[in-house]
Amino acid sequence: MIKRVKIKSSNRDFLKKVETLSGEDITVCDRCGVCTGSCPLTIEMEISPSNIMKMVQLGQEDVMDYNSMWVCSTCNYCTARCPRGLDVSKVTEALRQIKLRQSFDKIDIDKIPKEELRELPQIALIGAFRRLTS
Amino acid sequence: MRIGVYVCHCGGNISDIVDVKAVAQEAEKQGDVVFAKDYSHMCSGNGQQMVIDDIKEHKLDKVLISACSPLFHGETFKAAVVKAGLNPYLVEMSNIREHCAWVHYDDKNKATEKAKNLTKIGIEKVRNNKPLETIETPIGKRVLVIGGGIAGIQAALDLGDAGYEVHLVEKNATIGGRMAQLSRTFPTNDCAACILGSKMAAIPKNKNIKLSNYSEIEKIEGTIGNFNVTIRKKPTYVHADACVSCGDCVAPCPVSLKDEMQWGVTKRKSIYLPIDFAVPNKYLIDGDKCLNIKAQKKTGEPSKVCRLCEKACHQGAIDFSMKAEKEEFIVDTIIVATGHDVFDATRKPEYGYGKYENVMIAPEVERVIVHKGEGTPTIDMGERIAFIQCVGSRDEQIGREYCSRVCCMYATKLSQLIKSMANVNGENKDIYVFYTDMRTFGKGYEEYYKATQRMGVKFVRGRPAEVIEDSVTKKLIIKVEDTLNNIIIESEFDKVVLSVGMQLSEGGNEIAEILKLPKSEDGFLQEAHPKFRPVDTSKDGIFIAGTAQGPKDIPDSVAQASATAARAMRLMNQGKITEEPLKAFIETDLCDGCELCINSCPPNAITMQNGKVVVNPVMCKGCGMCIASCHADAIDLNMYTNRQMLAEVEAALKDKKEDERIVLIFANDMCGYKLADSVGTAKKAYSDAIRIIKVPSTSRITPQLMLQAFSMGADGILLADCEIKSSDFAGSIETAINYVDKVKNILTEIDEDPERVMIFQFATVMLPKFVALMNQMSDIAYKNKPISDKNKEIIHKNISKWLFEK
Repeated sequence: MIKRVKIKSSNRDFLKKVETLSGEDITVCDRCGVCTGSCPLTIEMEISPSNIMKMVQLGQEDVMDYNSMWVCSTCNYCTARCPRGLDVSKVTEALRQIKLRQSFDKIDIDKIPKEELRELPQIALIGAFRRLTS
Repeated sequence: MRIGVYVCHCGGNISDIVDVKAVAQEAEKQGDVVFAKDYSHMCSGNGQQMVIDDIKEHKLDKVLISACSPLFHGETFKAAVVKAGLNPYLVEMSNIREHCAWVHYDDKNKATEKAKNLTKIGIEKVRNNKPLETIETPIGKRVLVIGGGIAGIQAALDLGDAGYEVHLVEKNATIGGRMAQLSRTFPTNDCAACILGSKMAAIPKNKNIKLSNYSEIEKIEGTIGNFNVTIRKKPTYVHADACVSCGDCVAPCPVSLKDEMQWGVTKRKSIYLPIDFAVPNKYLIDGDKCLNIKAQKKTGEPSKVCRLCEKACHQGAIDFSMKAEKEEFIVDTIIVATGHDVFDATRKPEYGYGKYENVMIAPEVERVIVHKGEGTPTIDMGERIAFIQCVGSRDEQIGREYCSRVCCMYATKLSQLIKSMANVNGENKDIYVFYTDMRTFGKGYEEYYKATQRMGVKFVRGRPAEVIEDSVTKKLIIKVEDTLNNIIIESEFDKVVLSVGMQLSEGGNEIAEILKLPKSEDGFLQEAHPKFRPVDTSKDGIFIAGTAQGPKDIPDSVAQASATAARAMRLMNQGKITEEPLKAFIETDLCDGCELCINSCPPNAITMQNGKVVVNPVMCKGCGMCIASCHADAIDLNMYTNRQMLAEVEAALKDKKEDERIVLIFANDMCGYKLADSVGTAKKAYSDAIRIIKVPSTSRITPQLMLQAFSMGADGILLADCEIKSSDFAGSIETAINYVDKVKNILTEIDEDPERVMIFQFATVMLPKFVALMNQMSDIAYKNKPISDKNKEIIHKNISKWLFEK
């Protein structure tokens, strides 16, 4: 079944938020698809990078229900080729920020066993706690 | 004195932001203002009639129109007041649209306050206006057309047929230009050579057209009615009058070269005919590649090398000693039709042009089709062909924001031609066009697109990311997202064709330098107004046609060329041209004969007579450079007198509030003011501290005036002029830079921030830079305290000491 979506005026708040966080003029994307064609990780993505841009344009928050923004490795292939000069990786980063700030799977440092804490990569810990601070 | 003031709504453009009624009320309070009205469209017939009726009824002797840019409607209102019997120089315009409503759209109160102030500035200017007479000079019927492509040909034929004397100058050996290199033309599929050939042939037949082929413009000096042109005809080493175009010279020639007219898909010899239907239809020798000429150039003496073509020529037409020839002539108007070059596809390395042998650019395919159609196939296009659209267009990565307008249609055409040829021969061809948006806007174009779809050409929406070559089979793999299907396609093709966009030709760039023509942001030549003067340039008597002005197809180029012919005829047919009375004049009573101004005048228009100086109005260009040199205020410039400039500055600063800052921008009309208008049209907001005042050249702004402005409370001054290379006035910008340095030094001496004054040279494309500089000046003004009363006093007292006693 084809998804039915209602576009409400409030959707622009989400667009505005992503634009503020990413610093990109997302509305100028005309979805030529060069980002998707260039992306080395689309094989792992549920929706394409250009699809992310279009969904954000319409303020569709369900863009964050797909795994694509987590798959993006910020390799910047898309940025190097975007004919409208957009940085798509900044947009995926903004989406990750928004999702993280929702803190839906909050980590309690006290509950992590000490042995495990020693083993965990530092960057993973920093990533996990960043969502609590921003 | 009786001044009438009109505030225009501009159909909401102004009145949506500015409270026009409040502006009119404020204007009415000013001295000598009989009334101030607001009206929806001042430029309309009714608006103009209202002014005419009011002048008669209320006996107005001055009129101020507070509306759009004087560059836009100045002439309209001049013509209107003349109808009411008023001198045309007694009307002025305040620009509350481009310089106010459109750039302060985010704050209605501030915009209204600024509009009031701008209107007051206008009132003070017009109050000091004097009646002046325009200057008339004769104009002949001689036209130079630069470029012999379809646009140049059309313009030359129209003018020649109308009885004007045309000199058509073409850089290449044949006329015909880019159109001569096409196969067929959309949307009718008629052969380019056939429909162009007859037009080309009409050129030498027209007795009013003189064709200089293989010639380059070296120099053009002078102005409308008297352009002095120098051209250089390159040697062809074949006497055109003797050559009968038999072609017997070609076979013996040992030099084989890529034929550039054929985009390199075939070869030519060093002696060659540029194309079959060349006009003039004469052979020539490539001076860079001919063995004999090369040997000659090396030794500097006649050489015995080769000379095989000479032996083959029965006519004795070949002459290895031929030299370049210079020719000088005078014309009244100029049409620039220098055309375009195609985008250099090697700048998009991801598509592999120049690296992979099966990647081609579309112009090459045009020639492949021509040769195949003639039964001499050069390249096999293979079974699977892909077109990649927007290569060198709509791509900020390579600095091309614009759409080249023809690529959608020519890719459609080429795919249709290949497909229909294949159908005739019973071959299978799979043709895919990868596009971002299909733009088939012209008459019959959408139908043509549909016909191509019906033939089975597949149009896929997505910009390919890259082309990869299989190193063994040399086939090409394209990776692209089909954005309408949400899939990624990775497919193999035999040939990939890049639909390359247009850019201003190299020759066009050279001509722009020679004629000092401004370019627009896209790098093409700029028209005087995008809608109402689309083929005029900012220089009187110079017109642009064809792709030199921007990407366009053949019908548009031809239409534009005819338009330039009509516009040129409009000027020349009157037999005389009028010039603004923008000339320096002397107040003889004040002149003490010190002679200082004489040396300040680059065109040497000032001389001594009976102990006083006099200005020769024919030689005076109106830059105003002489004014600063005069310590007695005896020399002045019509339309921009000292009194007027000072009155404008005073009006700008008179009502300044304590927490307010005012930055004055003196913008020359050719670049600075035009740029300020473009900023307005683009609706790029900037600080409301800015007041833009129009001047003919920034060298009109004397250090005296700048210091007076500071002593009256100005917080910053920016002089905005052209780049030196495109300035109309020799030496004027250098002089203005000198003035600014003087003022900076004086500000430093009295402990004021020298950054308060600045000069910048703008090309008319520098919108963001202009906005940034205006904001920077405003920031500096707000960062500093206003100039103290003590310092104002010091400046006021010391102006003449600082400037004249050293």
